[in-house]
Amino acid sequence: MTGRSFFSVFPRRDRSIIPGFGLTLGITLFYLTIIVLIPLAALALRPMDLGFSGFVAAVTQPRVLAALKLSFTTAFFAAAINAVFGLAVAWMLVRYEFPGKKVVDAIVDLPFALPTAVAGIALTALYAPNGWIGQYLDPLGIKVAFTPLGIVVALTFIGLPFVVRTVQPVLEELDTELEEAAACLGATRLETFIRVIFPVIMPALMTGFAMALARAVGEYGSVIFIAGNMPMVSEITPLLIVIKLEQFDYAGAAAIGVAMLLISFIMLLVINLLQRWSRRWAGM
Amino acid sequence: MSGPVTQNRAGRPALAEPLWVKALVMLLALGFLGFFILLPLAGVFTEALRRGLSTYWEALVEPDAFAAIKLTLLVAVIAVPANMVFGIAAAWAITKHKFPGKSLLLTLIDLPFSVSPVISGLVYVLLFGAHGLAGPWLRDHGIQIVFAVPGLVLATMFVTFPFVARELIPLMQAQGSDEEEAAITLGASGWQTFRRVTLPNIRWGLLYGVLLCNARAMGEFGAVSVVSGHIRGETNTMPLHVEILYNEYNFVAAFAVASMLAILALVTLLAKSLLEWRHGAELAATTRRH
Repeated sequence: MTGRSFFSVFPRRDRSIIPGFGLTLGITLFYLTIIVLIPLAALALRPMDLGFSGFVAAVTQPRVLAALKLSFTTAFFAAAINAVFGLAVAWMLVRYEFPGKKVVDAIVDLPFALPTAVAGIALTALYAPNGWIGQYLDPLGIKVAFTPLGIVVALTFIGLPFVVRTVQPVLEELDTELEEAAACLGATRLETFIRVIFPVIMPALMTGFAMALARAVGEYGSVIFIAGNMPMVSEITPLLIVIKLEQFDYAGAAAIGVAMLLISFIMLLVINLLQRWSRRWAGM
Repeated sequence: MSGPVTQNRAGRPALAEPLWVKALVMLLALGFLGFFILLPLAGVFTEALRRGLSTYWEALVEPDAFAAIKLTLLVAVIAVPANMVFGIAAAWAITKHKFPGKSLLLTLIDLPFSVSPVISGLVYVLLFGAHGLAGPWLRDHGIQIVFAVPGLVLATMFVTFPFVARELIPLMQAQGSDEEEAAITLGASGWQTFRRVTLPNIRWGLLYGVLLCNARAMGEFGAVSVVSGHIRGETNTMPLHVEILYNEYNFVAAFAVASMLAILALVTLLAKSLLEWRHGAELAATTRRH
């Protein structure tokens, strides 16, 4: 505080006295431009080779449409599974005491730390017809590996930490007085959960869902091993981009990439709007 | 929980679920984590050791595997310090100074996290590939970026770009600039201020960011897969080597290399948890959980 009043005698008060602005901002902008902005600009410009109608033709090929549909539906189901079970995990970690809780809490982040290729081959080995889990599912006629169901499994693994890590801090900060008040007023535990707790954690739940969804749509490494990669059936969009690149169809690959980014962007925008609406609903 | 215990009509404490609900939630949560985290992890090591320790060891010291390990380390040794310097510079500029467009800059720094790994590789192929924008010029000058080590480094830098900055910016914002201002007022130079005042304050946060950055740099698959060209012993990092071995049905070797990466992930998680438990107050509150 004294520092601030001392410096207020200088005419330009909002200017920091700490040096290094030019140097650090220079490094930041230079590096950002070289590593991120120029390459992304190359992505945005490339489909222009095709012209607008060419772009539309490239992204509306049946194989591309099938891949986009597959990527977004499997990502949606995986994020939904994570919303349900992630909420249960977050609830358990915040509200219940049990031995080994710290270890369980730490291990939730494994999907962030484990390389996706490792996750991919491990899940494939588990769910293959002769795998630890697959051998019990196979006689029931349930095929997971090499089908779209396998993609959902891999994407669920990848998105697992997001919902837990967004809901957990909100639950931790939730004031139990509200719950006590609800209980005193005669609400059952279920009523308290639905009408008092759930509206408060809803925005965080949706944030986690959106993050898991966004991550899952672009995921590649864990999926390609378990998917089977059959065109029109189990071929995800990022794989199709790789295939186009291998055929030296750069413009086609860039067009699919741009389409994927656009759809993700619109989807996140919608979720953002829903979130605002639910926040207002919760009176926050 | 002091004071009178409030009870609802059923006579249970009002803030606890019925026992069967609690049991069900724990069963769902632990079952979910068991199926999706514990089993895959156990599977990696079981498959890797299926033919015994000596086969496991042979798979790791085989020349191509060894080259992949070396390349992975090389890429990380370049990409991680580069992102560390960038992260510190960005955090310094953003938290210690005022300038227009700051929130735009923050959004742009986060951008690589919302881009598919495949696209992160694709952008460099579009720039530097044989049919890319700079492709003909690079060919004329005998410079190879894509399908060579520089491409791997660039793609890795792209996907790990935000890690350090994301940890340091909220941390330095929360710490404020009072201590730095005092140091400058007392006559310290900018560099002295950074080394003696800022760095000790942010060291755990910096380590945390570097740790996560490194884990991703060594484990990245999608982005490097696009720019690698998959030349055995030359442009294959460990995750790419896992893929090649797996596709050749050499499962034991694939899982052996994968187990090294799994150990790296477990060590990262352990170090990360230790940092959170011991120095939680010196990490950024918003990113502590990521």
